[in-house]
Amino acid sequence: MKTILKVKNLIMNFGGLRALDHLDIQVREEEIVALIGPNGAGKTTFFNCITGIFPPTGGEIILFPPKKKSKRANRLKPNKITEIGLARTFQNIRLFQNMTVLENVMIGRHCRMSSGIVGAIFRGKATVKEEEQVVEDSFKILKKIGLSEYVNEIAMNLPYGAQRRLEIARAMATEPFLLLLDEPAAGMNIQETKDLNELILRIRDEEKISILLIEHDMRVVMSLSDHIVVMDYGKKIAEGTTEEIKNNPVVIKAYLGEDIDA
Amino acid sequence: MEYFLEIFLGGLTRGSIYALIALGYTMVYGIIQLINFAHGEIYMIGAFTALIVASVLTMLGLNTISILVLASIAAVIYASAYGFTVEKIAYKPLRHAPRLSALISAIGMSMFLSNYVLLAQTSDFLSFPNLIPELKFIEPYSHIIRSNEIAILVTTTAVMIVLTFIIKFTKMGKAMRATSQDREMAMLVGVDVNRVISVTFIIGSATAALGGVLIASHVGQINFYIGFIAGIKAFVAAVLGGIGSIPGAVLGSLILGWTESFATGYVSSDYEDVFAFIFLVLILIFKPSGILGRSESRAV
Repeated sequence: MKTILKVKNLIMNFGGLRALDHLDIQVREEEIVALIGPNGAGKTTFFNCITGIFPPTGGEIILFPPKKKSKRANRLKPNKITEIGLARTFQNIRLFQNMTVLENVMIGRHCRMSSGIVGAIFRGKATVKEEEQVVEDSFKILKKIGLSEYVNEIAMNLPYGAQRRLEIARAMATEPFLLLLDEPAAGMNIQETKDLNELILRIRDEEKISILLIEHDMRVVMSLSDHIVVMDYGKKIAEGTTEEIKNNPVVIKAYLGEDIDA
Repeated sequence: MEYFLEIFLGGLTRGSIYALIALGYTMVYGIIQLINFAHGEIYMIGAFTALIVASVLTMLGLNTISILVLASIAAVIYASAYGFTVEKIAYKPLRHAPRLSALISAIGMSMFLSNYVLLAQTSDFLSFPNLIPELKFIEPYSHIIRSNEIAILVTTTAVMIVLTFIIKFTKMGKAMRATSQDREMAMLVGVDVNRVISVTFIIGSATAALGGVLIASHVGQINFYIGFIAGIKAFVAAVLGGIGSIPGAVLGSLILGWTESFATGYVSSDYEDVFAFIFLVLILIFKPSGILGRSESRAV
C-alpha cells in the first residue's frame, strides 16, 4: 500500500521542553492508525505540528496526496495544508458556534472553490452556480454523517454527540485524503461510541479516506485500528497491530508503571 | 413639533455618519480584537482625497454629480489602500504579540497619519465644496431636513444593506464570521486568514472614506484633526452598541447621534460631548459588553 503521510525525525521544542523527540510515523492508504499514550505524551502536539499550527523545530513532514506530487509540509500555513488534503477535529469541540450547521460545513467546502469577493458582490453567473454547488455538496455530506435533521440549527444548540459529528462533517467538507481525529469518542456514551465507530469505518471504506486518530477509549482503538503507534514523553515507544500492542511489555509499563515485585 | 422633528432627523444623520465610521472599528475588533485607532485618520484621508479630486475636477469644469461620484470613488480607493497598508505595516508583524503592543502601534499610526497630512497639506481649515446637489422637491421642507442629510441617510442605509448581504451570504462573509469566532480553526478548514483580515480593513476603510466625503460636504470644512474627534465618537458608539457586533455599532451610533442632537437642541450646544461621554460611562458601568455585545467567556 502507498504511503500518504511520512513523518521523519520530527522534533518540537517549547523552550527547554522537548515535546516531540525524533518521532517517525507513517500512514498508508486506506489505513486507520491510532496514536495512543499517557496524557502529556505529545499526541496533540504532533497533530498541531502536522497541521501547521506549530512549526516543528526539526525533522520532515511529507504528504503524498493521491494523483499529485508529494509535498513537504514543514513550514506551510494551516490553510495551505488543508488545501493539500489534511483535515482535523479537536479534543474540545471547536465549531463555529454561532453559525448554522450548514454554514459550518459550507466554510469547509469553500476552500475547494475558486471565485472571490468581486464575484460575490456582483453575483456573476459562475459564482451563483458555485454557491449552489457548495450548498448541494454540503447537504450531501450532512446526510452521510447523519445530520440532515439539524441543517438550519445553530451549531451550539446541537446535542453533544451531534456536535462531534458536525466537526467530522466540516473536516470532510474540505475533501481530505487523511483525516485526523483528536479523541473523537471523548465524553460519549456507549451507544454514541458505537455509532462513531461505524461512522469512522464508513468514512474509510466508502470515501477512501485514511484516518489517524488519538484515542483513550481502548474499545475504540482496538476495534478500529489497523496499526497502533504508542507514544510516551514525546517518543515513539512501540508500534504494531492491535495484538502486538496488547501484549507489549513496554506499553504496559508506560501505562501502568513499573511492577514493584519485578 | 417641527423643532423636535428637525432635531430628531439631525440626530439620525449624525448617527448615520458615526455608524459608517464605527463599522470599521467594530469589524476589525471582531476579527483581530484590536481597536484600530488609526481608523479615524483613514476617514480624514478619505475627506482630503475627495477635496483634492473635487478641486481638480471643478477646475476642469465637470458637473456636480460626476464630481461627487468621481471624488467618492477616489476617496474610497485611496483610503482603502491606506487601510490595507496600515494593517500590513503596523499590525500584521504584531499578530502574535500581546494585544497592548498592537494597540500602541495603532495609536502611533494614528499620530503618524494625522501629522503626515498636517505636513503634506496644511493645518488650516479648508472649505469643502457642497458636492450634493439640492433636490427641488425638498425645498419646502428645507428647514427640517436638507438634501445632503437625505444623501447621508440613503448612503448609510445602502451601505448597511450591502454589508449585511456580504456578511450573511457570501463566502468571504462566512470566512469573516468564522475567523472572528476562532481564527486557528478557520485556518484549519482552509480559510486564508490574512486575506480575510485585509478585506476587513479594506471594507472598513471604504465605508469610513464614504463617511468622510459625506460629512465634509455636510459641514463644509475639513482639517487634519477631524479624524481624531470623529474617530473617538465612532469608537464610543461602537463600544456603546457592543464592540465586535455590527448591528450593535449601528444602534450605538444612532443612540449617540440622538443624544448629542437632543442635548444640543434642548440643553446647550456646549454640552454636546459631555452627554456623549456620560452615556459611555453609564454603559461601561452597567453593561460593560455594550448593548448588543456578548460578554466574553471562553471555554478552555
